[in-house]
Amino acid sequence: MIQPSFSYSEDGAWSILRVHGELDIATAPLLRQRVIAIVSSGVMRLVLDLTDVDFIDSTGLGVLIGALKRFRTNDGQLRLVMDKESSRWRLFETTGLDTIFEVYESVEDAVTDTSS
Amino acid sequence: MSNIELRIPARVEYLALVRSVISTAAGMDPHITPERLDDLRLAVSEATTNAIEAHARAESEAQIGLSCQLDEEHVAVEIRDRGTGFDPGKLVPHPPVTDPERLEFERGLGIPLMRRLMDEHEIHPSADGTAVRMVIYTAPAT
Repeated sequence: MIQPSFSYSEDGAWSILRVHGELDIATAPLLRQRVIAIVSSGVMRLVLDLTDVDFIDSTGLGVLIGALKRFRTNDGQLRLVMDKESSRWRLFETTGLDTIFEVYESVEDAVTDTSS
Repeated sequence: MSNIELRIPARVEYLALVRSVISTAAGMDPHITPERLDDLRLAVSEATTNAIEAHARAESEAQIGLSCQLDEEHVAVEIRDRGTGFDPGKLVPHPPVTDPERLEFERGLGIPLMRRLMDEHEIHPSADGTAVRMVIYTAPAT
């Protein structure tokens, strides 16, 4: 098992959590812990950069669904970044999750979009 | 035909290994596309996760068995656990993802995903455990 790694930064009103690795039942709970800690610290706008996530299964998707719920419950915003040519994006389309998440192809796009 | 057998401890730490072995084995089929290989990698991860959880519920120390068979037209993967037997008929469907209520459920995507991604997906529960057989068709279109 390769533990995912995280890097955290800020860009204006947005916090950015970049995830590296794979998200399955062995590793996704670590992301859940990170998100809970970030929400608890008062962050209202988070970009989750999944560009360097090589694999996501349904457990990983479940953690992302939980993260979205946490931000919406707190009137916050969660945006995702991923390559829309990747199998991860295809998974979002297959499950319909592309319709409920705000997904961007770069962090810059995510933090500068003022449409919502 | 070639056949690869794998047995693993029922622990989540072995999931990445399973994905790697099965996708490497299936990738030996010259006709399988990268997209279908991604589909198989995901479906195998889902089924093996369910098997590991079944062993945890049953407090079973037995190993989980996997096989990957390749022939000229198919890649078939079977995952066999020693849990208490999973009845797919008892699955409670969740709201569609477009329904705000769906956010209440972090689980429940795995089996629909397997069904959607695989050309064949069968669940065979028994008193001795559950076998999941998944097949993708690899023969090139004629």
